[in-house]
Amino acid sequence: MNLAEENMISALSEQEITEIEEEISHLPNRQSAAIDALKIVQGYRGWISDESLIAIAKILQMSTEELDGIATFYNLIFRYPVGEKVVLFCDSVSCWLMDGDKVCAAIKRKLKIDYGETTSDGKYTLLPVTCLGDCDHAPAMMIGEELHHDLDAANVAQLFDEPGEKAS
Amino acid sequence: MTDKPLTRNITIGEPTDLSAYEASGGYQAIRSTIGKLSAADVLDMVKDSNLRGRGGAGFPTGMKWSFVPMDKTPDGPKGHKYLVCNADEMEPGAFKDRLILEHDPHQLIEGMILSAYTIDADIGYIFIRGEYHTAAKRLRDAIMEAKLKGYLGENILGTGYSFELYLHSSAGRYICGEETALLNSLEGKRAIPRAKPPFPQVSGLWGRPTIVNNVETLCNITHIVAFGADWFKSLGLGDDSGTKLFGVSGRVKNPGCWELPMGTPIREILEDHAGGMQDGYELKGFLPGGASTDFLLPEHLDLAMDYDTIMKAGSRMGTGTMIILDDKTCPVAMVRNLEMFFARESCGFCTPCREGLPWIYNILDDIENGRGRPEDIEILERQGAFIGAIGNTHCAHAPGAIEPLSSALKFFAEEFNQHIEEQRCPYSHASGPKSGRTH
Repeated sequence: MNLAEENMISALSEQEITEIEEEISHLPNRQSAAIDALKIVQGYRGWISDESLIAIAKILQMSTEELDGIATFYNLIFRYPVGEKVVLFCDSVSCWLMDGDKVCAAIKRKLKIDYGETTSDGKYTLLPVTCLGDCDHAPAMMIGEELHHDLDAANVAQLFDEPGEKAS
Repeated sequence: MTDKPLTRNITIGEPTDLSAYEASGGYQAIRSTIGKLSAADVLDMVKDSNLRGRGGAGFPTGMKWSFVPMDKTPDGPKGHKYLVCNADEMEPGAFKDRLILEHDPHQLIEGMILSAYTIDADIGYIFIRGEYHTAAKRLRDAIMEAKLKGYLGENILGTGYSFELYLHSSAGRYICGEETALLNSLEGKRAIPRAKPPFPQVSGLWGRPTIVNNVETLCNITHIVAFGADWFKSLGLGDDSGTKLFGVSGRVKNPGCWELPMGTPIREILEDHAGGMQDGYELKGFLPGGASTDFLLPEHLDLAMDYDTIMKAGSRMGTGTMIILDDKTCPVAMVRNLEMFFARESCGFCTPCREGLPWIYNILDDIENGRGRPEDIEILERQGAFIGAIGNTHCAHAPGAIEPLSSALKFFAEEFNQHIEEQRCPYSHASGPKSGRTH
């Protein structure tokens, strides 16, 4: 490995590199850890920047282009910066049947963003997601890693911090 | 013995930990099996039980396993065989596997150990969707507990059999639930389905023999081994064996998920367990087993929920989780929602699916928004017949997408025509936000 390549990998923290190597250790080849590696780095940084992508590709000994093809295929890997919390709103059929559209409209009004956008205070990014497997409590969504369900357009706004408030 | 083997340990709230699982007879089946019965004996038991895959396709599990080559494999990495649990529950309307994953993770682990033993697999993966954080955490803890107790890892309980189990948390996309796409994803690639043959049983994960089974399927193995094939067959009301996790969502009084005998009449599930329709709503139709199944009508309520009966009625039991269409909801808008999902989740590999599904979605969106043209129905039918035919697309994603569409065109033709003739949606909720094109 030449100096330039080492510098590229140094875009990652030691902890990130250790965790990626741990995944690689029980796989037959380094490339097989691609999704795990993307998730590890995203877990620390919130998203996958070009620098992170290049560094991960070097560690996995694969081309950056190939890794980007993988990163952009999966909807839970973010190649753009996202808010502190990603809101995954279920727009699948069971939630839609229970007025999910109205709940989502109320969220968009509260956060003043549409799907794919981030609030101006950088706190929330709103994205649609496929069925969250909580259909008996539809409509459902996730705020960060937390599942919220039995949502109601009248009070769903309360689940979000006011703009500028410290995230709870 | 119990008539609800899958949910006997499940009380909503805290998960069943190792000691509670053991206290209920857990991990006894591996003690009485591994090293005592041959893999062929267990396979015969699974075949005799007539267990069919609970992920939706209903393929006989014993038969699937019987294609795994059992001749002595070389030692080392070249000799691996894999067992993969498909915990990528993402079918719209399906919410059954999460129940087990979150509340009784050891049940799945024991089922996987027994299944792996039967096909002589030495490595297993649980492929869980990325959004199931609670389930993933509890599974990780349970795997650790089982490892410390000697149920997993090297030389299980001193029997000489070894099985390592890993959890893989996915990064999204519905297509990962397709078993060969899932294998590509586990290999760190884009989740694009593979051509078959070769089938995964012969050449799967990293080119090695691999079995992929659904969560509920694998959990059943423990009980079949513990209580026998005849007991398992006796649980079903008709020809299909065992119990099934059935669910109902939509405008019913008590939506939920229940373990009931295979072959329970639809009416009993809908009226006794789901409490019937909410006041002010009538049943107009339903998808019996998730988004990719054909609509059925109130006239089908007395059918038994088992694979063959629902198939004969022109649909599929699929995941067994029903989605209810009520009389206040526009069927065109419901199908539009379904096709939006299928269009978005196409992996993009083959043209009929990648281009055909957005085309269908856009036509449905036009019809729903009062811009439908008389020829649109024919286009939908023609498109449906083309991409719905198995063999015209790379995998079953597009054919699955066409099931609710073609049945809706048949059963709700009047509503489709009314939308086009009146250039508007006659239902009151039609003023909802416009969904926008997918392309």
